[in-house]
Amino acid sequence: MCGLREPADTVIPMSYAFQAEGLVKRFGKTTALAGVDLAARPGTISGVLGPNGAGKTTAIRVLATLLCPDEGRAEVGGLDVVRHAPQVRRLIGLTGQYASVDEDLTGTENLILLGRLLDLRKSEAQSRAAALLSRFGLSEAADQRAGSYSGGMRRRLDLAASLIGEPRVLFLDEPTTGLDPGRREELWRMIRSIAADGATVLLTTQYLEEADALADEICVIDQGRLIAHGTPAELKQIVGGQTIAIRPKNPGELARVAEIAAKTADREPEAPVGGVLTVGVDRREAFTDTVHALAEAGIEVAELSLRLPSLDEVFHTLTGKQAA
Amino acid sequence: MTTRRSFALVRHSLLLAGRGLRKTRRNPGILFDALFLPIVFLLMFVYLFGGAVAGSTQVYLQYIFPGILVMSTIMAGLLATGVSLNVDVKKGVFDRFRSLPIGRSAPLIGSVVGDLVRYAVALISLFLLGYLLGFRVQTGLVAALAACALAVTLGFCMSWINALIGVLIKETSIVQSVGFLGIFPLAFGTNMVAPTETLPGWLRAWVNVNPVTHAIEATRGLLLGGPVSGSASTTLLWSTGFLVVFAPLAVMAYRRRA
Repeated sequence: MCGLREPADTVIPMSYAFQAEGLVKRFGKTTALAGVDLAARPGTISGVLGPNGAGKTTAIRVLATLLCPDEGRAEVGGLDVVRHAPQVRRLIGLTGQYASVDEDLTGTENLILLGRLLDLRKSEAQSRAAALLSRFGLSEAADQRAGSYSGGMRRRLDLAASLIGEPRVLFLDEPTTGLDPGRREELWRMIRSIAADGATVLLTTQYLEEADALADEICVIDQGRLIAHGTPAELKQIVGGQTIAIRPKNPGELARVAEIAAKTADREPEAPVGGVLTVGVDRREAFTDTVHALAEAGIEVAELSLRLPSLDEVFHTLTGKQAA
Repeated sequence: MTTRRSFALVRHSLLLAGRGLRKTRRNPGILFDALFLPIVFLLMFVYLFGGAVAGSTQVYLQYIFPGILVMSTIMAGLLATGVSLNVDVKKGVFDRFRSLPIGRSAPLIGSVVGDLVRYAVALISLFLLGYLLGFRVQTGLVAALAACALAVTLGFCMSWINALIGVLIKETSIVQSVGFLGIFPLAFGTNMVAPTETLPGWLRAWVNVNPVTHAIEATRGLLLGGPVSGSASTTLLWSTGFLVVFAPLAVMAYRRRA
């Protein structure tokens, strides 16, 4: 998505759900965006990953027509976000960093109000509101004030609110910040289902795990600059090789396993920890070779995996800083 | 196209005003000041100063009632409008509105119009107490309604000042204080409490310029009889001025608010 990188063999020009080129945004002396490119193909989930203050929110606000960029340009659905802001607003949904529902209104009232502001007929707004509330498991709380909702319910209502206009592009600014892990996964499922319905999703997150779990492509930004982009797997590969982890059924065979692994991986394994032996590999085939070699040697394994480095490590390598 | 757009703006603004009303219905406590401030001021002035200023509380009640009426509508506007806007901006509700294909001014108009209920509450509470204490309209129902309409018009137009402040200033409590402090020179720097002739020269100069003075003059004429047209047209002129200057400024500030 980022950097407008297209495969060399593409003949037909790609159409993007949104794209931004060279976005620069300054607030007084602070440069929030120092030339960021973003783009995504329709129906994909893109993640913008970065620590606090990296410029994630600013980027989303420019794409969502809330801010004008100082330099560069951005389009949503082929429409310029500055010159055609009103038309762009018909195509997008936005869920902010803080749940932006009205706490004094009920779930239903919130959704109907937004639907009506999007010029839906009253009956249409009502039926869409009911359908969304049921989809997000809020039917029972539909007539309660949003102020009485739990954090997770509020996020779901917020998500529902951004869907009432059936947007083609959905911007989610840190959709799960502050949610506990169970609630977070629940929201992830919902975000995936939105993309599965054909909407393009752009989400910002500080959670490496979240970008990994949701995004088809990830953009890492730091201090207003794009520092890396690619699929989660590509990003992980940028930061070095993979690791094979082997846990023999019989811990007594660890020494033999180490011998085999040293041969297939062509490098010395790490000292085993908790009955698990790990060895770094540079070739993808090394894993298959190891599997074969272990089978030939007749060693039974309880666990055998090829691990990618975590995105935390990716981030650390890219920025030289610890991830937030 | 333009007519369609203005229709849309009216429709969206009314939807948002309806939201404001619904919020008020859920939190009737926010009407507390609109309900009680007129009562407190009327009682205070009539019984504290009535004897001293006019020699009798009954005479003073007739004199001060129109002034309190104008002050109440101005307060109703200045105390609430900016505050509710400010809360919306802070909570991110406005971000969502801004990401919708609606006129940039719709949320502001909705908020200011939704607060009109406060004027109604203030006026009803003031007239009920006034009548209980012995105040009597000397003209007629139509003139009395015109007096209310004039006071509400000025209050409504002036509330755009606070709408601007509400969008510009970050801290909700400061918005509230600015609105509250603004009331003093505006409402008390008039001939509401005592006739202009009794005031020192510099204050008299301000009193003569202050639009609230003209509104009080006009309201006195409409409730008690006497000349109206001059002061009423000055009031309407000022009101238009406030609206024309501060409404666009508020919308502009809101549009820029990052």
